[in-house]
Amino acid sequence: MSVGVERIAESRPAVAATGAEQRTTVPVRPTDPGHEAPRAIVTARRTDIFALLGAAVAAVCLTSLLFTRFLPFDGVLGFVACAYLLFLGLYAALVGLDESGPAVRDRLAAVFVHTLAIAMLVALVVVVVFTFWRGRDALAMGNFYWQDMRDAGPLQPLSIGGIRHAIGGTLEQIAIALAVTVPLGLVCAVFLSEVPGPLSRVVRVVVEAMTALPSIVAGLFVYATVILTLGLPKSGFAAGLAISVMMLPIVIRAADVVLRLVPGTLREASLALGASQWRTVWHVVLPTARSGITTAIILGTARGVGETSPVLLTAGFTAITNLNPGEGPQVSLPLFVFDAVRRPDPAMIARGFGAAAVLMALVLLLFVLARLAGGRPVGQLSRGQRRRRAAASRRDARRFAAAARERAARRARQDSGQIRPDPEVDHV
Amino acid sequence: MARHRTAAAASSVDTDAPRRARQRRTPSDLVFRGMSRTAGLIVLAIMLVVGVFLAVRATPALDLMGWRFLTAQTWDPGGGVFGVAGVLTGTVLIAAVAICVSVPLATGAALYIAEYAPRRVAPALVNLVDLMAAVPSVVYGIWGFFLLQPHLLVAGDAGEGLPRWLTTYFGWIPLFKVDGYDPRDPMANATALTSSTFIAGVIVAMMVTPIIASVMREVFAQAPVGEREGAYALGATKWGMIRTVVLPFGRGGMIGGTMLGLGRALGETIGVYLILSVVFVVQPHILQNGGGSISALIALRYGDSTPIGIAALMAAGLVLFAMTLLVNVIAGIVISRSRSGAASEA
Repeated sequence: MSVGVERIAESRPAVAATGAEQRTTVPVRPTDPGHEAPRAIVTARRTDIFALLGAAVAAVCLTSLLFTRFLPFDGVLGFVACAYLLFLGLYAALVGLDESGPAVRDRLAAVFVHTLAIAMLVALVVVVVFTFWRGRDALAMGNFYWQDMRDAGPLQPLSIGGIRHAIGGTLEQIAIALAVTVPLGLVCAVFLSEVPGPLSRVVRVVVEAMTALPSIVAGLFVYATVILTLGLPKSGFAAGLAISVMMLPIVIRAADVVLRLVPGTLREASLALGASQWRTVWHVVLPTARSGITTAIILGTARGVGETSPVLLTAGFTAITNLNPGEGPQVSLPLFVFDAVRRPDPAMIARGFGAAAVLMALVLLLFVLARLAGGRPVGQLSRGQRRRRAAASRRDARRFAAAARERAARRARQDSGQIRPDPEVDHV
Repeated sequence: MARHRTAAAASSVDTDAPRRARQRRTPSDLVFRGMSRTAGLIVLAIMLVVGVFLAVRATPALDLMGWRFLTAQTWDPGGGVFGVAGVLTGTVLIAAVAICVSVPLATGAALYIAEYAPRRVAPALVNLVDLMAAVPSVVYGIWGFFLLQPHLLVAGDAGEGLPRWLTTYFGWIPLFKVDGYDPRDPMANATALTSSTFIAGVIVAMMVTPIIASVMREVFAQAPVGEREGAYALGATKWGMIRTVVLPFGRGGMIGGTMLGLGRALGETIGVYLILSVVFVVQPHILQNGGGSISALIALRYGDSTPIGIAALMAAGLVLFAMTLLVNVIAGIVISRSRSGAASEA
């Protein structure tokens, strides 16, 4: 802005001098208006850090004094709670020495929010680490991954028996579920966002309602229809169906949300270029939303892999490897965990934790895949995608150029063959 | 004169109506629309079949018991007397405990990610919360069964921990009373404090906290920058700004996210089933051994091979589904009506 003002000030004498030559001056506007970015307002002073540390040390010392000398308290949880309350009080007092009321409240709230966030982080870390730690004995055994429980009685050591049957069952069941949900779910999501009308409104309402379906009720439904009414045995296929019923609304809803984020202008541009609706969906809408759709599917898969209750009702239980989903009971990882940890013997419990750790690793893998594939807003491309698009664009440009050269050559041939003084007449 | 007439003519048709565009769809479009419509119809059919089938199969049980299905405190389909009063109360109590634990945690975590976390760390934290939501429920279940219950909440033979403290000092409140356990008796057996509604609720809280937190974070992040800066300009501290701008702005999303978590908490099975010993009477003492949950009931009794037994389970499942559906619908309405939630995905 100041630049503009200077420019005007400069140009004034020039206007006066040259008169009509320079009547108006366009002030130079700043080219970048600047997006609204919040100011950074965090300023940590040394006294703040001292107050925090001092309050923490004082609280721990005071609590241990209280617990060991004065009060009949015990227990880890009690110690932590007591120390934390003392810490809050001491910190408020310390800050209150040189700050006013609102500032003290601000500091206390900040400490409190940090505590809650740390508590949640600690809970997650504890859950993950605890599972891997308790399963470490089973995970260290090579046979744990390559054997099933055929020869392993409840009292056998960890060197016999493994979870091959559960891993195979999980992979097959999730594959069946994906084979049902991905095509059906994606086409249905495309229907919801691309073919609007009364029918799609009804479908959307029903799908949103069905995301509330508890997984055990999905399992109960498949149990009552497929197994009790149709008389099929408990099998991996039935379990896959139960997981599909549970996953379908989740995948449809997530994909629908992503598809609705595709800018309408892209669709309109494609339609205006003469593409049919089908080509617009296939070449514009789906590629634009691809990363989001991938994320939706992978996160739905992570949900489906970890579900125990539908499998509990529909898959039966077995100790041997059964890779035929059509008949015979088939066990999956969560179901194996659920069964193993309820046995009394330590080896089985260790196997259960090992299987839970493998399941966690599978979920983590899916999650990392989801983040690599997507997590990027609609329309933003990864570097590889950008490179491929640029290459495709260059190929098109070469193709157009070649076609243009060809046309020119043909026209030249026609010109030389027939006597046409001005070929451009056609176009005018 | 001529000019005048044109003007009159122009004014008579001055609403410049668009000509009726006749859309001629190409064959590929017709196929595409037909196929997608078919997929929509198939999904609709599946979903309706689930609902209708549950209702139809539950009819014999509901006919037999009528409204007493909601009030009877026993489960004996063979004897013709069964009802969900006990397990329904248990389900609601577990969900209530879960919400009481998870909402403060989730609010804190969401506020931290949206307001306090350094800008470079925040996306990683968002991923962590999402990862926490993807951890299988059976993993939370075994964590609760092998770590939370025996080592943190009811530790050792004396049962040190929060439940004992609560029942010792707040046992006069009926909710925290534990029958048959005297905390002042040094020989008292702590098993009365295990497998309780409270512990199941804490485990379910771990499962629903990330769901609530991610909705809340999304809503908090949408609080308008102008209003935040306005609060700072008026001299607010950071907490003052959060209290007067972010929290009021995000109230709809907070309520909606909590309801979504509540819907999940009501339907949670495996974590509850691992911890709880299911009883069918109304058990209002949340710290006492034994409780109920409709989903655990279904997992426990699905092997019941009599038709009336299956019908009774179907009816229980229907009640559970109706409850979660109601909660989710209210959540959806609250989120979409609120100022902040209209654009959020939840």
